[in-house]
Amino acid sequence: MTLPLHLTVNGQSVAEHVEPRTSLADFLRDRLRLTGTHLGCEMGVCGACLVLLDGKPVHGCLVLAVQAAGSEVQTIEGLAESGALADLQRAFHERNALQCGYCTPGMLITAHSLLETTPAPDRGEIRTALSGNFCRCTGYESIVDAIAVTIERRAEGAGA
Amino acid sequence: MKPPPFDYQLADSVSQALDLYARSEGDALWLAGGHSIVPSLALRLQAPSLLIDISRLPELMGITLTEEGLRIGALATHAQILSDPLVRTHAPLLSEAAAHVAHPAIRNRATFGGNLVLADPASEFPAVVRCLDAVFDIVGPEGARQVGVEDFFLDLFTTALEPGEILRSVLIPPAPASLRCGFDELARRHGDFAMVGAAVWLVVAEGVTTEARICFHSVGPTPMRATLVEEALRGRPLAADEINAAQAVLGNDLDPADDVTLPGATRLHLARVLLGRILHRLAGQTAMETAA
Ligand SMILES: Cc1cc2nc3c(=O)[nH]c(=O)nc-3n(C[C@H](O)[C@H](O)[C@H](O)COP(=O)(O)OP(=O)(O)OC[C@H]3O[C@@H](n4cnc5c(N)ncnc54)[C@H](O)[C@@H]3O)c2cc1C
Ligand code: FES
Ligand code: FES
Repeated sequence: MTLPLHLTVNGQSVAEHVEPRTSLADFLRDRLRLTGTHLGCEMGVCGACLVLLDGKPVHGCLVLAVQAAGSEVQTIEGLAESGALADLQRAFHERNALQCGYCTPGMLITAHSLLETTPAPDRGEIRTALSGNFCRCTGYESIVDAIAVTIERRAEGAGA
Repeated sequence: MKPPPFDYQLADSVSQALDLYARSEGDALWLAGGHSIVPSLALRLQAPSLLIDISRLPELMGITLTEEGLRIGALATHAQILSDPLVRTHAPLLSEAAAHVAHPAIRNRATFGGNLVLADPASEFPAVVRCLDAVFDIVGPEGARQVGVEDFFLDLFTTALEPGEILRSVLIPPAPASLRCGFDELARRHGDFAMVGAAVWLVVAEGVTTEARICFHSVGPTPMRATLVEEALRGRPLAADEINAAQAVLGNDLDPADDVTLPGATRLHLARVLLGRILHRLAGQTAMETAA
Protein backbone atom coordinates (compact mmCIF):
# COMPACT_ATOMS: atom_id res chain seq x y z
CA MET A 1 0.00 0.00 0.00
CA THR A 2 1.26 3.49 -0.82
CA LEU A 3 -0.39 6.74 0.17
CA PRO A 4 -0.29 10.17 -1.47
CA LEU A 5 1.85 12.65 0.45
CA HIS A 6 1.97 16.42 0.03
CA LEU A 7 4.37 18.55 2.00
CA THR A 8 6.83 21.41 1.63
CA VAL A 9 10.55 20.65 1.75
CA ASN A 10 13.02 23.54 1.85
CA GLY A 11 10.37 25.87 0.46
CA GLN A 12 9.38 23.64 -2.46
CA SER A 13 6.12 21.77 -2.56
CA VAL A 14 6.49 18.03 -2.97
CA ALA A 15 3.85 15.49 -4.05
CA GLU A 16 4.81 11.81 -3.85
CA HIS A 17 3.45 8.41 -2.95
CA VAL A 18 4.99 6.59 0.01
CA GLU A 19 4.60 3.40 1.95
CA PRO A 20 3.34 4.21 5.48
CA ARG A 21 6.35 2.49 7.03
CA THR A 22 8.78 4.96 5.37
CA SER A 23 10.41 7.27 7.90
CA LEU A 24 10.69 10.95 7.11
CA ALA A 25 14.50 10.55 7.07
CA ASP A 26 14.36 7.68 4.54
CA PHE A 27 11.89 9.66 2.42
CA LEU A 28 14.19 12.71 2.36
CA ARG A 29 17.29 10.66 1.62
CA ASP A 30 16.03 7.99 -0.77
CA ARG A 31 13.23 9.78 -2.60
CA LEU A 32 14.35 13.40 -2.55
CA ARG A 33 18.08 12.61 -2.50
CA LEU A 34 18.61 15.03 0.39
CA THR A 35 21.34 12.93 1.94
CA GLY A 36 22.54 15.57 4.40
CA THR A 37 20.03 14.11 6.86
CA HIS A 38 22.08 11.24 8.29
CA LEU A 39 20.92 8.01 9.87
CA GLY A 40 22.88 6.51 12.76
CA CYS A 41 20.83 4.62 15.31
CA GLU A 42 17.33 4.92 13.79
CA MET A 43 15.89 4.98 17.32
CA GLY A 44 16.05 8.56 18.50
CA VAL A 45 19.33 8.32 20.37
CA CYS A 46 22.09 9.80 18.19
CA GLY A 47 20.55 12.97 16.68
CA ALA A 48 22.19 12.58 13.24
CA CYS A 49 18.76 12.69 11.56
CA LEU A 50 17.42 15.98 12.93
CA VAL A 51 15.35 18.16 10.60
CA LEU A 52 13.07 21.11 11.28
CA LEU A 53 9.39 20.17 11.10
CA ASP A 54 7.20 23.28 11.14
CA GLY A 55 10.20 25.13 12.56
CA LYS A 56 11.04 22.73 15.40
CA PRO A 57 13.84 20.17 15.50
CA VAL A 58 12.57 16.58 15.35
CA HIS A 59 14.16 13.20 14.64
CA GLY A 60 13.60 12.19 11.01
CA CYS A 61 13.98 8.54 12.03
CA LEU A 62 11.09 8.71 14.53
CA VAL A 63 8.54 10.49 12.34
CA LEU A 64 6.75 8.58 9.60
CA ALA A 65 6.79 10.47 6.31
CA VAL A 66 2.97 10.29 6.18
CA GLN A 67 2.83 12.10 9.53
CA ALA A 68 4.50 15.12 7.94
CA ALA A 69 1.62 15.60 5.46
CA GLY A 70 0.85 19.30 5.02
CA SER A 71 3.91 20.30 7.05
CA GLU A 72 6.94 22.40 6.24
CA VAL A 73 10.24 20.52 6.47
CA GLN A 74 13.66 22.16 6.45
CA THR A 75 16.70 19.98 6.05
CA ILE A 76 20.35 20.81 6.54
CA GLU A 77 20.58 21.49 2.77
CA GLY A 78 17.83 24.12 2.88
CA LEU A 79 19.19 25.76 6.01
CA ALA A 80 22.75 25.86 4.68
CA GLU A 81 21.68 27.33 1.32
CA SER A 82 19.61 30.00 3.03
CA GLY A 83 22.76 31.30 4.75
CA ALA A 84 21.12 30.98 8.18
CA LEU A 85 23.96 28.70 9.35
CA ALA A 86 26.89 30.45 7.68
CA ASP A 87 28.47 31.78 10.89
CA LEU A 88 27.92 28.49 12.74
CA GLN A 89 29.48 26.57 9.85
CA ARG A 90 32.48 28.91 9.85
CA ALA A 91 32.93 28.53 13.62
CA PHE A 92 32.67 24.70 13.41
CA HIS A 93 35.37 24.77 10.73
CA GLU A 94 37.66 27.14 12.67
CA ARG A 95 37.33 25.24 15.96
CA ASN A 96 37.74 21.74 14.53
CA ALA A 97 34.21 20.95 15.67
CA LEU A 98 33.95 18.20 13.05
CA GLN A 99 36.17 15.35 11.99
CA CYS A 100 34.26 12.69 10.05
CA GLY A 101 31.26 15.01 9.84
CA TYR A 102 28.63 12.33 10.39
CA CYS A 103 27.07 14.12 13.36
CA THR A 104 27.51 17.64 11.97
CA PRO A 105 24.11 18.18 10.26
CA GLY A 106 22.32 17.25 13.49
CA MET A 107 24.72 19.34 15.60
CA LEU A 108 24.10 22.37 13.39
CA ILE A 109 20.33 21.96 13.56
CA THR A 110 20.44 21.66 17.35
CA ALA A 111 22.76 24.68 17.61
CA HIS A 112 20.60 26.70 15.19
CA SER A 113 17.39 26.09 17.12
CA LEU A 114 19.11 26.68 20.48
CA LEU A 115 20.23 30.12 19.26
CA GLU A 116 16.75 30.84 17.89
CA THR A 117 14.99 30.01 21.16
CA THR A 118 17.51 30.96 23.89
CA PRO A 119 19.04 34.43 23.68
CA ALA A 120 22.40 33.90 25.42
CA PRO A 121 22.90 30.28 26.50
CA ASP A 122 25.94 29.57 28.69
CA ARG A 123 28.18 26.52 28.22
CA GLY A 124 26.02 24.43 30.54
CA GLU A 125 22.91 25.23 28.52
CA ILE A 126 24.74 24.46 25.29
CA ARG A 127 25.74 21.06 26.67
CA THR A 128 22.19 20.33 27.80
CA ALA A 129 20.88 21.25 24.35
CA LEU A 130 23.42 18.89 22.78
CA SER A 131 22.56 16.01 25.14
CA GLY A 132 20.66 14.21 22.36
CA ASN A 133 23.45 14.53 19.77
CA PHE A 134 26.23 11.97 19.70
CA CYS A 135 29.67 12.69 18.29
CA ARG A 136 32.17 9.82 18.19
CA CYS A 137 35.11 11.93 17.02
CA THR A 138 35.54 15.33 18.61
CA GLY A 139 34.90 14.83 22.32
CA TYR A 140 32.29 17.64 22.20
CA GLU A 141 34.47 20.39 23.72
CA SER A 142 35.24 21.92 20.33
CA ILE A 143 31.57 21.80 19.35
CA VAL A 144 30.62 23.70 22.51
CA ASP A 145 33.45 26.17 21.72
CA ALA A 146 32.16 26.74 18.18
CA ILE A 147 28.63 27.41 19.38
CA ALA A 148 29.85 29.67 22.21
CA VAL A 149 31.98 31.75 19.86
CA THR A 150 29.06 32.13 17.45
CA ILE A 151 26.93 33.46 20.30
CA GLU A 152 29.64 36.00 21.15
CA ARG A 153 30.01 37.08 17.54
CA ARG A 154 26.28 37.44 17.05
CA ALA A 155 26.07 39.56 20.23
CA GLU A 156 28.96 41.77 19.01
CA GLY A 157 27.35 42.02 15.58
CA ALA A 158 24.03 43.04 17.11
CA GLY A 159 25.72 45.57 19.40
CA ALA A 160 27.83 47.15 16.62
CA MET B 1 16.01 -1.57 11.57
CA LYS B 2 13.07 -1.04 9.19
CA PRO B 3 9.51 -1.84 10.21
CA PRO B 4 7.43 -4.48 8.43
CA PRO B 5 4.66 -3.06 6.19
CA PHE B 6 1.45 -1.76 7.79
CA ASP B 7 -1.52 0.35 6.75
CA TYR B 8 -2.06 3.87 8.01
CA GLN B 9 -5.22 5.91 8.57
CA LEU B 10 -5.41 9.47 9.82
CA ALA B 11 -8.45 9.92 12.09
CA ASP B 12 -10.36 13.24 12.06
CA SER B 13 -12.50 12.60 15.13
CA VAL B 14 -12.60 10.28 18.12
CA SER B 15 -15.72 8.55 16.78
CA GLN B 16 -14.04 7.89 13.44
CA ALA B 17 -10.95 6.57 15.25
CA LEU B 18 -13.09 4.19 17.33
CA ASP B 19 -14.85 3.01 14.14
CA LEU B 20 -11.56 2.31 12.42
CA TYR B 21 -10.40 0.33 15.43
CA ALA B 22 -13.61 -1.70 15.54
CA ARG B 23 -13.17 -2.60 11.85
CA SER B 24 -9.52 -3.65 12.40
CA GLU B 25 -10.66 -6.50 14.66
CA GLY B 26 -8.10 -5.56 17.27
CA ASP B 27 -5.13 -5.61 14.92
CA ALA B 28 -4.48 -1.84 15.13
CA LEU B 29 -2.50 0.53 17.35
CA TRP B 30 -3.03 4.21 18.06
CA LEU B 31 -0.24 6.45 16.83
CA ALA B 32 0.34 9.71 18.75
CA GLY B 33 3.87 11.19 18.78
CA GLY B 34 5.23 7.87 17.54
CA HIS B 35 8.37 8.17 19.63
CA SER B 36 7.86 4.82 21.29
CA ILE B 37 5.90 3.03 18.58
CA VAL B 38 8.14 3.88 15.62
CA PRO B 39 11.32 2.45 17.21
CA SER B 40 9.42 -0.58 18.52
CA LEU B 41 8.09 -1.28 14.99
CA ALA B 42 11.59 -0.87 13.60
CA LEU B 43 12.92 -3.32 16.19
CA ARG B 44 9.98 -5.57 15.22
CA LEU B 45 8.76 -5.82 18.80
CA GLN B 46 5.24 -5.07 17.51
CA ALA B 47 3.67 -5.69 14.10
CA PRO B 48 0.10 -4.33 13.85
CA SER B 49 -1.70 -4.39 10.45
CA LEU B 50 -2.86 -0.81 10.92
CA LEU B 51 -1.71 2.36 12.65
CA ILE B 52 -4.54 4.77 13.39
CA ASP B 53 -3.06 8.25 13.68
CA ILE B 54 -4.79 10.11 16.52
CA SER B 55 -2.21 12.91 16.59
CA ARG B 56 -4.50 15.47 14.97
CA LEU B 57 -7.67 14.87 17.00
CA PRO B 58 -8.93 18.21 18.33
CA GLU B 59 -10.69 16.44 21.25
CA LEU B 60 -7.26 15.40 22.61
CA MET B 61 -5.66 18.85 22.42
CA GLY B 62 -5.37 21.84 24.70
CA ILE B 63 -4.46 22.66 28.28
CA THR B 64 -7.30 24.41 30.11
CA LEU B 65 -8.10 25.50 33.64
CA THR B 66 -11.57 24.37 34.77
CA GLU B 67 -13.39 24.39 38.11
CA GLU B 68 -12.38 20.76 38.67
CA GLY B 69 -8.72 21.48 38.04
CA LEU B 70 -6.18 21.62 35.23
CA ARG B 71 -7.21 19.54 32.20
CA ILE B 72 -4.31 18.45 30.00
CA GLY B 73 -5.11 17.00 26.57
CA ALA B 74 -3.41 13.68 25.83
CA LEU B 75 -1.69 15.23 22.80
CA ALA B 76 0.13 17.93 24.79
CA THR B 77 3.79 17.46 23.90
CA HIS B 78 6.50 17.15 26.54
CA ALA B 79 7.73 20.57 25.31
CA GLN B 80 4.31 22.08 26.01
CA ILE B 81 4.24 20.57 29.50
CA LEU B 82 7.66 22.15 30.08
CA SER B 83 6.72 25.65 28.90
CA ASP B 84 2.96 26.07 29.37
CA PRO B 85 2.25 28.85 31.89
CA LEU B 86 -0.92 27.15 33.24
CA VAL B 87 1.05 23.96 33.95
CA ARG B 88 3.82 25.98 35.59
CA THR B 89 1.33 27.72 37.89
CA HIS B 90 -1.07 24.88 38.68
CA ALA B 91 1.08 21.76 38.34
CA PRO B 92 4.70 22.93 38.74
CA LEU B 93 5.81 19.36 39.57
CA LEU B 94 5.01 18.45 35.95
CA SER B 95 6.99 21.33 34.45
CA GLU B 96 9.90 20.54 36.75
CA ALA B 97 9.85 16.88 35.74
CA ALA B 98 9.50 17.66 32.01
CA ALA B 99 12.99 19.16 31.98
CA HIS B 100 14.30 15.65 32.78
CA VAL B 101 12.28 13.77 30.14
CA ALA B 102 14.42 12.82 27.14
CA HIS B 103 16.15 15.44 24.97
CA PRO B 104 14.80 18.70 23.52
CA ALA B 105 13.99 17.33 20.04
CA ILE B 106 12.19 14.28 21.46
CA ARG B 107 10.10 16.59 23.63
CA ASN B 108 8.85 18.42 20.53
CA ARG B 109 6.94 15.32 19.32
CA ALA B 110 6.45 12.86 22.19
CA THR B 111 3.07 13.33 23.88
CA PHE B 112 2.03 13.41 27.53
CA GLY B 113 -0.79 10.93 26.86
CA GLY B 114 1.45 8.53 24.93
CA ASN B 115 3.98 8.61 27.75
CA LEU B 116 1.35 7.81 30.42
CA VAL B 117 -0.30 5.05 28.37
CA LEU B 118 3.06 3.44 27.66
CA ALA B 119 3.64 3.30 31.46
CA ASP B 120 7.37 2.74 31.25
CA PRO B 121 8.45 2.22 34.88
CA ALA B 122 11.44 4.49 34.23
CA SER B 123 9.25 7.39 33.05
CA GLU B 124 8.93 10.59 35.04
CA PHE B 125 5.35 11.67 34.30
CA PRO B 126 3.61 8.57 35.71
CA ALA B 127 5.28 9.16 39.10
CA VAL B 128 4.34 12.84 39.03
CA VAL B 129 0.67 12.30 38.14
CA ARG B 130 0.43 9.72 40.92
CA CYS B 131 1.63 12.39 43.35
CA LEU B 132 -0.89 14.83 41.92
CA ASP B 133 -3.80 12.35 42.28
CA ALA B 134 -4.71 12.73 38.60
CA VAL B 135 -7.90 11.42 36.99
CA PHE B 136 -7.76 9.82 33.53
CA ASP B 137 -10.51 10.67 31.05
CA ILE B 138 -10.87 7.63 28.79
CA VAL B 139 -13.15 7.10 25.81
CA GLY B 140 -13.99 3.83 24.09
CA PRO B 141 -16.72 2.04 22.16
CA GLU B 142 -18.89 1.95 25.31
CA GLY B 143 -18.55 5.70 25.94
CA ALA B 144 -16.41 7.70 28.35
CA ARG B 145 -15.15 6.68 31.80
CA GLN B 146 -12.96 8.28 34.46
CA VAL B 147 -10.22 6.30 36.20
CA GLY B 148 -8.33 7.57 39.24
CA VAL B 149 -4.55 7.29 39.16
CA GLU B 150 -4.51 4.73 42.00
CA ASP B 151 -6.35 2.35 39.61
CA PHE B 152 -4.52 3.30 36.41
CA PHE B 153 -0.95 1.98 36.57
CA LEU B 154 -1.30 -1.78 36.99
CA ASP B 155 2.07 -3.30 36.13
CA LEU B 156 5.13 -2.98 33.92
CA PHE B 157 3.92 -1.22 30.73
CA THR B 158 0.34 -2.07 31.75
CA THR B 159 -2.50 0.34 32.53
CA ALA B 160 -6.25 0.13 33.08
CA LEU B 161 -6.77 1.19 29.46
CA GLU B 162 -8.47 -1.60 27.47
CA PRO B 163 -7.39 -2.26 23.86
CA GLY B 164 -9.37 0.10 21.62
CA GLU B 165 -9.77 2.77 24.30
CA ILE B 166 -8.29 6.24 23.91
CA LEU B 167 -6.90 8.43 26.67
CA ARG B 168 -8.51 11.79 25.94
CA SER B 169 -7.17 13.96 28.75
CA VAL B 170 -5.86 13.98 32.30
CA LEU B 171 -7.32 16.09 35.09
CA ILE B 172 -5.03 17.46 37.78
CA PRO B 173 -7.09 18.48 40.84
CA PRO B 174 -6.48 21.99 42.22
CA ALA B 175 -3.37 22.40 44.39
CA PRO B 176 -4.08 23.01 48.09
CA ALA B 177 -2.81 26.10 49.94
CA SER B 178 0.63 25.77 51.57
CA LEU B 179 1.78 23.20 49.05
CA ARG B 180 5.49 22.53 48.68
CA CYS B 181 6.59 20.21 45.92
CA GLY B 182 9.74 19.12 44.19
CA PHE B 183 10.98 16.66 41.60
CA ASP B 184 14.49 15.37 41.03
CA GLU B 185 16.24 12.38 39.54
CA LEU B 186 19.64 10.78 39.22
CA ALA B 187 20.61 9.85 35.66
CA ARG B 188 23.97 8.95 34.16
CA ARG B 189 23.67 11.77 31.60
CA HIS B 190 21.12 14.56 31.38
CA GLY B 191 18.07 13.36 29.43
CA ASP B 192 18.78 9.66 29.90
CA PHE B 193 16.25 7.47 31.60
CA ALA B 194 16.82 7.87 35.34
CA MET B 195 18.49 5.38 37.68
CA VAL B 196 15.95 6.68 40.19
CA GLY B 197 13.63 9.68 40.38
CA ALA B 198 11.19 11.08 42.91
CA ALA B 199 8.25 13.46 43.07
CA VAL B 200 7.40 14.92 46.48
CA TRP B 201 4.13 16.72 47.30
CA LEU B 202 3.71 18.13 50.83
CA VAL B 203 1.25 20.40 52.56
CA VAL B 204 3.21 22.20 55.27
CA ALA B 205 1.28 24.44 57.65
CA GLU B 206 3.27 26.46 60.19
CA GLY B 207 6.30 24.25 59.69
CA VAL B 208 4.38 21.00 60.20
CA THR B 209 3.70 18.51 57.40
CA THR B 210 -0.04 17.84 57.34
CA GLU B 211 -0.27 15.90 54.08
CA ALA B 212 2.36 14.02 52.10
CA ARG B 213 2.50 12.15 48.80
CA ILE B 214 5.81 10.77 47.64
CA CYS B 215 6.24 8.74 44.50
CA PHE B 216 9.37 7.19 42.96
CA HIS B 217 10.07 5.94 39.45
CA SER B 218 12.64 3.43 38.15
CA VAL B 219 12.46 1.44 41.40
CA GLY B 220 9.65 -1.03 40.63
CA PRO B 221 7.15 -2.15 38.00
CA THR B 222 4.92 0.93 38.38
CA PRO B 223 5.37 4.39 39.88
CA MET B 224 5.90 3.51 43.56
CA ARG B 225 4.26 5.45 46.42
CA ALA B 226 6.35 5.53 49.59
CA THR B 227 3.45 5.36 52.05
CA LEU B 228 5.52 4.60 55.15
CA VAL B 229 7.73 7.60 54.44
CA GLU B 230 4.60 9.71 53.99
CA GLU B 231 3.33 8.46 57.36
CA ALA B 232 6.66 9.24 59.02
CA LEU B 233 6.45 12.84 57.82
CA ARG B 234 2.79 13.52 58.53
CA GLY B 235 2.01 15.48 61.69
CA ARG B 236 5.69 16.31 62.33
CA PRO B 237 7.85 19.36 61.66
CA LEU B 238 9.70 19.35 58.36
CA ALA B 239 13.19 19.45 59.89
CA ALA B 240 16.49 17.56 59.84
CA ASP B 241 15.65 14.85 62.41
CA GLU B 242 12.31 14.04 60.81
CA ILE B 243 13.92 13.92 57.38
CA ASN B 244 16.53 11.44 58.66
CA ALA B 245 13.75 9.32 60.14
CA ALA B 246 11.83 9.40 56.85
CA GLN B 247 14.94 8.35 54.90
CA ALA B 248 15.44 5.47 57.35
CA VAL B 249 12.02 3.92 56.65
CA LEU B 250 12.29 4.13 52.84
CA GLY B 251 13.70 0.58 52.76
CA ASN B 252 10.34 -0.67 54.05
CA ASP B 253 8.51 0.99 51.15
CA LEU B 254 10.83 0.10 48.27
CA ASP B 255 12.52 -3.15 47.36
CA PRO B 256 14.10 -2.60 43.94
CA ALA B 257 15.21 -5.78 42.19
CA ASP B 258 18.76 -6.36 40.97
CA ASP B 259 19.10 -5.80 37.23
CA VAL B 260 21.84 -5.58 34.63
CA THR B 261 22.42 -1.87 35.22
CA LEU B 262 22.38 -1.66 39.04
CA PRO B 263 22.09 -3.87 42.11
CA GLY B 264 18.78 -3.27 43.94
CA ALA B 265 20.63 -2.15 47.07
CA THR B 266 22.41 0.60 45.14
CA ARG B 267 19.15 1.79 43.65
CA LEU B 268 17.59 1.93 47.13
CA HIS B 269 20.59 3.87 48.41
CA LEU B 270 20.25 6.37 45.56
CA ALA B 271 16.51 6.70 46.26
CA ARG B 272 17.30 7.51 49.90
CA VAL B 273 19.87 10.14 48.90
CA LEU B 274 17.43 11.71 46.46
CA LEU B 275 14.62 11.75 49.04
CA GLY B 276 16.87 13.55 51.52
CA ARG B 277 17.91 16.12 48.93
CA ILE B 278 14.37 16.98 47.94
CA LEU B 279 13.05 17.10 51.51
CA HIS B 280 15.89 19.36 52.67
CA ARG B 281 15.23 21.63 49.72
CA LEU B 282 11.52 21.80 50.54
CA ALA B 283 12.25 22.42 54.23
CA GLY B 284 14.13 25.55 53.20
CA GLN B 285 11.41 26.71 50.86
CA THR B 286 8.34 28.74 51.67
CA ALA B 287 4.97 27.56 50.41
CA MET B 288 4.46 27.95 46.68
CA GLU B 289 1.95 30.55 45.68
CA THR B 290 -1.17 28.79 44.53
CA ALA B 291 -3.10 30.99 42.17
CA ALA B 292 -6.84 31.04 42.74
C1 LIG C 1 15.75 8.70 22.68
C2 LIG C 1 14.55 8.68 23.58
C3 LIG C 1 14.69 9.04 24.91
C4 LIG C 1 13.59 9.03 25.76
N1 LIG C 1 13.76 9.38 27.06
C5 LIG C 1 12.69 9.38 27.89
C6 LIG C 1 12.83 9.76 29.27
O1 LIG C 1 13.90 10.13 29.73
N2 LIG C 1 11.72 9.69 30.05
C7 LIG C 1 10.50 9.31 29.54
O2 LIG C 1 9.52 9.28 30.28
N3 LIG C 1 10.33 8.97 28.27
C8 LIG C 1 11.41 9.00 27.43
N4 LIG C 1 11.23 8.63 26.12
C9 LIG C 1 9.92 8.12 25.70
C10 LIG C 1 9.05 9.22 25.15
O3 LIG C 1 8.67 10.08 26.19
C11 LIG C 1 7.87 8.52 24.45
O4 LIG C 1 7.73 9.05 23.21
C12 LIG C 1 6.56 8.69 25.05
O5 LIG C 1 6.66 7.97 26.25
C13 LIG C 1 5.45 8.13 24.16
O6 LIG C 1 4.69 9.19 23.63
P1 LIG C 1 4.32 9.23 22.07
O7 LIG C 1 3.34 10.32 21.90
O8 LIG C 1 5.53 9.30 21.24
O9 LIG C 1 3.57 7.84 21.91
P2 LIG C 1 3.46 6.77 20.74
O10 LIG C 1 4.77 6.18 20.44
O11 LIG C 1 2.69 7.35 19.62
O12 LIG C 1 2.55 5.72 21.50
C14 LIG C 1 3.00 5.00 22.64
C15 LIG C 1 1.93 3.99 23.06
O13 LIG C 1 0.81 4.64 23.62
C16 LIG C 1 -0.37 4.43 22.84
N5 LIG C 1 -1.05 5.73 22.84
C17 LIG C 1 -0.49 6.94 22.54
N6 LIG C 1 -1.36 7.94 22.77
C18 LIG C 1 -2.51 7.35 23.21
C19 LIG C 1 -3.78 7.86 23.63
N7 LIG C 1 -4.04 9.18 23.66
N8 LIG C 1 -4.72 6.97 24.02
C20 LIG C 1 -4.46 5.63 24.01
N9 LIG C 1 -3.28 5.10 23.64
C21 LIG C 1 -2.31 5.95 23.25
C22 LIG C 1 0.12 3.94 21.50
O14 LIG C 1 -0.82 3.10 20.89
C23 LIG C 1 1.37 3.18 21.90
O15 LIG C 1 1.05 1.91 22.37
C24 LIG C 1 12.31 8.65 25.25
C25 LIG C 1 12.15 8.30 23.90
C26 LIG C 1 13.25 8.32 23.06
C27 LIG C 1 13.06 7.95 21.62
S1 FES D 1 19.16 8.17 13.41
FE1 FES D 1 17.60 9.34 14.31
S2 FES D 1 18.41 9.69 16.25
FE2 FES D 1 19.87 8.34 15.43
S1 FES E 1 32.62 14.44 13.74
FE1 FES E 1 32.57 12.30 13.57
S2 FES E 1 30.81 11.83 14.73
FE2 FES E 1 31.05 13.91 15.13
